Order: sequence, then structure tokens, then C-alpha cells
Amino acid sequence: MASEITYGHTGPVLKLEDVAIAYKVRGGEIEAVQNVSFEINRGESHGIVGESGCGKSTVAWAIVNFLGANGYVKRGSVKFLGQELVGKRGEDLRRLRGDQIAMVYQDPMQALNPSMRLGDQLKEVLTVHRGLSNAEAEKRAIEMLERVYMPDAANVMKRFPHQISGGQQQRVVIAMALLNNPALLIMDEPTTALDVTVEAAVLDLIAELRREFDTAIMYITHNLGVVARVCTKVGVMYAGEMVERGTVEQIFKHPQHPYTQGLMRCVPKLGADKASSMLYPIRGRVPPPNSRPIGCIFGPRCDYARERCRLERPQPRIMSNGVEVRCHFAEEIDPAQWQPHEDIELPTVHEVAPGEPLLKIEHLKKYYEVSGTTLKDLLGLTPKRYVKAVEDATFTVRQGRTLGVVGESGCGKSTLIKTIIGLENSTDGKAEFMGFDITGDISSRDLAVIKELQMVFQNPDSTMNPSYTVGQQIARPMLRFKTVPKKQVRQEVIKLLQAMRLGENYMDRLPRQLSGGEKQRVGIARALASHPNLVLCDEPVSALDVSVQAAILNLLLDLQSKLGTTMVFIAHDLSVVRFFSDDVAVMYLGQIMEIGPADAIYAPPYHPYTEALLSAVPIPDPTAEQKHIRLEGSVPSALDPPSGCRFHTRCPRRHLAPEEGAVCATQIPPWQEIGNGHKIFCHIPQEILRTFEPVISIKEKDESHVS
Amino acid sequence: MTVAQPVLAASRPPSRLRKLWNSISIVFQSRIGTAGLVVVAFWVIIAFVSLFWTPYPPNSSLFVQNLPHNSTNWLGTDHLGRDELSRLMQGTQVILLKTRLPGENRIAIPGGVAIWGVLGSLLLGSVLGLNAGYRGGWWDQVIMQVLDALIAFPVIVLYLVIIAALGQGDLVVIFAITITGAPGVARLVRGLTLDIKTRDYIRAAETRGESKAFIMYREILPNARGPLLVDAMLRVGYAIFAIGTLGFLGLGLPPPDPDWGNMVNEARRNIFINQWAVIFPSLAIASLVIGLNLFADGLREEITRYQK
Repeated sequence: MASEITYGHTGPVLKLEDVAIAYKVRGGEIEAVQNVSFEINRGESHGIVGESGCGKSTVAWAIVNFLGANGYVKRGSVKFLGQELVGKRGEDLRRLRGDQIAMVYQDPMQALNPSMRLGDQLKEVLTVHRGLSNAEAEKRAIEMLERVYMPDAANVMKRFPHQISGGQQQRVVIAMALLNNPALLIMDEPTTALDVTVEAAVLDLIAELRREFDTAIMYITHNLGVVARVCTKVGVMYAGEMVERGTVEQIFKHPQHPYTQGLMRCVPKLGADKASSMLYPIRGRVPPPNSRPIGCIFGPRCDYARERCRLERPQPRIMSNGVEVRCHFAEEIDPAQWQPHEDIELPTVHEVAPGEPLLKIEHLKKYYEVSGTTLKDLLGLTPKRYVKAVEDATFTVRQGRTLGVVGESGCGKSTLIKTIIGLENSTDGKAEFMGFDITGDISSRDLAVIKELQMVFQNPDSTMNPSYTVGQQIARPMLRFKTVPKKQVRQEVIKLLQAMRLGENYMDRLPRQLSGGEKQRVGIARALASHPNLVLCDEPVSALDVSVQAAILNLLLDLQSKLGTTMVFIAHDLSVVRFFSDDVAVMYLGQIMEIGPADAIYAPPYHPYTEALLSAVPIPDPTAEQKHIRLEGSVPSALDPPSGCRFHTRCPRRHLAPEEGAVCATQIPPWQEIGNGHKIFCHIPQEILRTFEPVISIKEKDESHVS
Repeated sequence: MTVAQPVLAASRPPSRLRKLWNSISIVFQSRIGTAGLVVVAFWVIIAFVSLFWTPYPPNSSLFVQNLPHNSTNWLGTDHLGRDELSRLMQGTQVILLKTRLPGENRIAIPGGVAIWGVLGSLLLGSVLGLNAGYRGGWWDQVIMQVLDALIAFPVIVLYLVIIAALGQGDLVVIFAITITGAPGVARLVRGLTLDIKTRDYIRAAETRGESKAFIMYREILPNARGPLLVDAMLRVGYAIFAIGTLGFLGLGLPPPDPDWGNMVNEARRNIFINQWAVIFPSLAIASLVIGLNLFADGLREEITRYQK
């Protein structure tokens, strides 16, 4: 149903030429994006990847002219179906945006109006832009919802956004974007806010829609794995420039720009661990927009930089394999010959023999009481209801080891950590740390225990108090626990800062003068200031860019091997957990489903949930073969978890259990010992679990990434 | 990540005064804020000058009554033949510079009635707001219910009740401003606290086993500084306005020092003979209050704006 222009036009749907975008700020102008050129054809899905602040969203906003009051396209042209968009005025642009360009944002909850029924929001698109009648629009909206595999589409039309799950919300947003059959669909990190299993289903949907609808898709993401899964072409952006552009296969197999190569070396491969592989962060940091080098923008961080790179900005060149690279010496670079630059400090990891049990958790439970809203509830006549956030957790962490905890959001991994550290008291069960009981919250604990148990937080922006300097904040635990005599605190802080690879000059800086990675380093320093025995890390790298993430993981590994610190490491990224941890626990709905040594968890026999998780992980390698297992429905409420095995409502392997899976709904599964500490919480007999095939098989191994 | 770092000279940690100046000096980025600051600075300078020099003694009747402005008396004279300009200048002192303690020996402490009143309400309001916001539960319920009940009274009624009960005097006016201002500050601080207490650095302090008082006053309060500063500026304006109102009702700051509100009230009786004696003190009140408001607006604009 696209309008005549679409049919009449034969060239690319979107063509950007030499676009520069600037923002006016206090005291000047910031050129956020420079010299970006690319084109997207019909039926093509073009990925834009890059780290935060590299200008990828800015490009998208420039196309739809959402740059805000202070942003504008400074140079270049944006052509959509042959029409110039730069300089177009409000009303024309508005019609175009609603009619032929659609955009899907990161957070579906913010893209949907919370006070309107979903049906009305969907119909509005058609009645306003197409002038359809209400009944016709309703019919079309339901059809579209069915196209995006929304279960019970007619019923969903009557609901409000908060009544459906996050994955379903994103489906509705995508359906809404597709209703007008747009010529261009811009997706700005559409799955970043979603859990990995939900993300996998949405990515499947996007890949399928691309084939069916013949729409040009511009897909913005920071995740290389996602690009490998849904895109045909990809452009890599760095500091406002597009440094490399080509087909997904070429870029992932033969990255030619040193930055793309560096990015690939930063990400842990799924299945790689710290003993056998290494992460190589890119040295230095992204230059701020106003102090970019005159020469190659990546020059100061490039291992191959020469005199010419400092003097002359390279122009995009098309290489023999059709990839466009912005580098003077792309032909001469051989990634196989690459050696880490001496400025990168790499951790020395040695296998730690399991020591004494440090943390012993037995049948630990954490329930939150929920107060009802009826009159009866208020009077206390109804039985009390509980959210069972952690149910029956049992595990041991030995001295010097790292336990990784993985699971989707709401599985209780953060609650588990909070209970251990004492921000919450436990409801039932036993918890022992260094022989002390830690079932109560922090007010019931001795200062000596508190000192040995510290935490690293997720969000670098809120981990530090903005009012105090770095030095003051690291010194506080030392003063509080009196681990260091007052006169030596300053020396000790400097020593710690140096261990974090931050200089003494960071002492008197305020948090707002630091980058995200530096803040996280200070957060780690603060946690280590009292020389704790056990450090709990709550997603310490998930808010960071991949190159920074690699540096922080290396730092943590290095500190651990030097200080012998024991760690509990929470993350939702399975590759990171595999890389970092010695042991792994997989949680689902408050219940540990599988626990054991990391290599055993990531290879068969699997718990069916672990299998589903692994098959959902986006892998930054288009040649990797991955089993296709998708979970049905959404995670049930922890207020009223399913009886028997909590996973039975969504288990794709349930039919393999005794009695065709009837026991799963009635009986709590047994802990099956697989050996070497590996335990699986499932009814399916071990012998059958062992017959499962590995989820991922990588056809050819790229030698350049393995040390 | 240690590469390509600009090497900073080892600097001293910024002093408290420096920090305060840093947060105020951004106001120069805003035209409105600068205009407000100029007006306020004008009155502060007038106040300091009046400590040492006024054209004539402000309380002696040296001239003809109810003169309009002329070359001798630049702003004219009042109904008792006192120089209007001298009285206006002296009137800034009780508001901004000194508070007279009760008793025969006429001792004054530095800091005007408006300043002390606002400081009082900031102090009381912050303590209440922090406790309500951070501790939550019953603390929150009880504190906020009491404050809501207090807000339910019209401010002017509260002033009258307090002055009727305690009598006239600078300290009483300070007390009245404190009590009427505290609920607003408490609400503001409570809201900020509810936001700040969810941050990870508060979790970090809790996992260090810090006391509640430490977390409230050392971890949370410094981060509420910006909005509190803006609110304080506005409140000084309101306090001056309130003092003017009380003075007009004859309940404000006691004689002999001139009081702007009282000057308006007394000149009002002769408004058909000499309207200038009403207009000048009214203008003084209005300009100082507006100046403070503009200053606060500019400050707020710059604090909330994206900073490099």
C-alpha cells in the first residue's frame, strides 16, 4: 500500500551524503557527526554499530528531523526516495514521517501512550494517515498484530500498555510502525531493554519481516551479536564518523579497519573463558567532539598509526572485497600479526585451587509481603501473600573462586545479592560467611563481618556520590573500618588508585569529571578499600561500552589474582559470565535451576532453561550455527509461581520427563548430580539430558582472536 | 586507559566557600539571573553604606513634613519631617544585616531578620524532610501529616497567631518565618531524598554499615544543595515580603529602626498629600523581592541545564 513515489522511485530508499550534524551548546557548537555517507536499498537491513556517544542515534534523529531545538544538519544531504529532506518544513516532514518513515525506539513503554488502549493507538495511525474508517482500521490492526505473532490479537486491542509484557509491547510498537507499510523503518536499539530470550524472539520477527515486507531497515545497536543476526549490511561508527561499511559476512570475517578489529577483540566469545583466552581493550579513550585529531580520527588509539595518519584525514575507500574503509593503510594490516600494544596491561590469570568454603548458603529464602487493596486485606482477614523472590537457594563459594549468577530480569539474582550483603534480611534458611551467621540484615552484623563483604554496583553514574572527590570516597571505608591509620590514608588511597590504573591526580577530581569506565574503577577501588574477603559484583560491566567493559573485566581479574579475593558476579550477558566465572548458577523465577563449573554449564547436559538461554544469545559471528529454541509466553508472576517445577509452563523439553511431563506440574524436581559439582534441577532423567546436542557450533575458527 | 590523559597539576580539594561560589557563579551565564543579582547587590551595598553613612539621621525630624522629592531631600520627607532616603537606607539593615536582641542594652547580631528566618526554615525543613524521606514508614506519615496540617493554615493567620502569642520583636518574626517556611522546605527535601536514596552510592554507604544520620546528612544532603539554594533565594524574597506585610499591619519589626512595611503604613494616611512616601518604600520592597526571584530563576535555569 505504499504510495506512488515508492513505486516510481528506483534508487536507494535512503541516501546520506557527507552529512555533518551539529548541536549548539553553551559557548559554541559541537559537531556530533561528520562526513557520514551511506545508502539503504529496499529489502535491505542496514546495521549501524558503535559505542555510546559515537553519533549513531544522532544520524537517525537527523533523518526524521528530531534533533531538538539546538541540533541541525550542518552539511551534506539526506535523500529519501530521491527527495531532499534537509531544509524541508514542518508539515511536509510530518506527513512523510507518519506515512513513509517509521521509527521504533529502545523502550516500548515510553513509545506507547499509557492512558490509551492499544487498539486505539494502532487504529489512529490508519485513520489519520490513510483516512480509513474505524471498522476497516480495526480489521487491519488485528491483521497486523497477528503478523507479528501477537497471541490473542483481538483481545490485545482492548488492553492498555501496562497489561502486556515488555516483549509484547515491542511487538505492538513494531506492528504500529509497519501499519502504513513504510518505505523506511528506523530501529534504535529496539531489543536493548529486553531480556535475552525475549530479544531472540523479537529479532526473529524483525528478520522475518524484512524478508516479507520489502522495507528498508536502518538498525542501530551497540551489540555486534545482534547485527550479525538481523542485518545484511553494517556500518561501524566511531567518534561521529563511519569508519567501515560492508556486508555483515565481510565485516565479521575480515574486519579491515583497526577500530573494527579492536572491537572484535574486546568481546568475549560465548564459550571462551579467562584461562584460555584474553580480552584486549582498545587503549586510550574516544576523543570529545571538540578536540578530535586533525588526521585520522582513530589515529591516537591505533596500533598501526604512522606519520600520514596524524596529518591527513583518510577518506572512505572501497577495498577489493567491496568493503568501504576509512583508513590509509587498510591493505597492509594483517590482524593475524597483531600484538597487543605495550600500554595495554593484561591480567595474569592463574587457576586458583578451590580453597575453604567462604560463603555457605543453604535453603535461603527471601519473600516480600504484598499488601492487598481490598477492604478485607486492610482488616487482615485474608491470608498474607508473598512475592517469592528467592526460593530455596543452596550453594557454596570457596575462597579465591568466582561464582557467576545468570538469569533474566526478575529471576531474583539481585535479591539474592542484597540478602547476602545485608540490604535485606532473609526469610528462612541458613547463610554463613566465614563462620558468621549472615541471615539478618546489616544492622545485626558485626563491623568485622561488614568489612569483609563489599559490593560493586551496576550504574557508573550513580555509584559515586557527586558531592565528594574520588579521594574522599575511597578513604571513607578505610576510616570507617579503621583498616589504615589516619595518617597513612592518603598514601593508601594513592596506592589503590594506582592499582586501578588511575593516577594520583584523580584524588581531587569530582565524579562528574570522570568517564563511565573511570567511575566504575573508583567504585571497585572503594569496594576493595577495606580489603574485603568477598566482593559481590552486581552487573558491574553491563552499562559500559564493550572496549571499556574489556578493560574493567581485565582489571577485576588482575585484582582477583593479586589479592585472592572471592567474588560473586551477577550478569545477564552469558558470554561475560562464562568468561569471568569459575562456577555458574542459572536462576529462573527465584529458583536456582542449574549450578556447577562454568564449562559444564555451557556444554551438555543442560537444564532445558539453560539450553533455551544459550540458544537465544546473539553471537557476533554470522557463520555460527545456533539451535533455534524459543520460549513460549512470558515469565509467570513470582507472587503465584507455578507448582512443581517453576519452569514447567514454558519448558520446551517437558515431554521428555516421566509421564509425558505430568510430574513437572505436580512434583518439585530432584537435584540430579552430574558429577564434579554440576547439579541440574529437573525431572528429565540424566541419560536423556546427556543426549542433547551442543547449542552452538562454530564452523570455522578464526585464529586471530584466540591467544 | 591510562594513555592520553591530560596531566593535571595536583590540585587542592576545593574549599567549601569555593564550592558555594562555583555553584553561584554559573548564574552569570543567564541574563535574567545577572539582572537579579545586580538588583540584590545594589540593596546589599546600600545596606552596608547605611551602617556608616546616611544623608541625615534617619529618626530625627529635621525638615518640613510631607515634602515631595527635592534637592535637599532626594526622596522627600515623611509625615514627621524625617528624611525618606535615610530611612529607606536604614530600613535595609533589619532585613539583611542585623537582628536586634530583646533587652534594654540594644545588642544586635549580624544577619538580618529575613536571612535568619530563611536559614531557620532551611534547617528545620531539611531535618524533617530528610527523616521523612529516608526513614519512610511512620516517620514519614507523622512528619508529613503534621506539616500538611500546618500548611492548611493561611500563612498570614499563622504569623498573627505567633505574634499575638509571643509579642513583637525581631526574634519572634524570625521564629514566625521559620515555622511558616519549614513545611515547604521539608516537602522539597523529602522529594529530593526519595530520589537520591535510590542511588547506588547510598547502597554503598548502607553496605558499609553507616549510621542513618551519616547517610542523611553526609551522603544525601550535599546532593540536595542545588535545588535548596534556589529555594532559599526565593524564600528570602518571600520573607522580605512577609516582613513588609507585617510592618504594614503594624505587627512587624519594632521601632526605632525604620521598617519598609511600616513606612508604607504610616505614609498611607497622608497618601493624598504626599503619595511619594508610599511609592518609594513600596518600590524598594518590590525591587528587592523581584531581584531575588530573578536571581533564583537564573540560578535554577543554569543548575538544571546540561553542563559540559
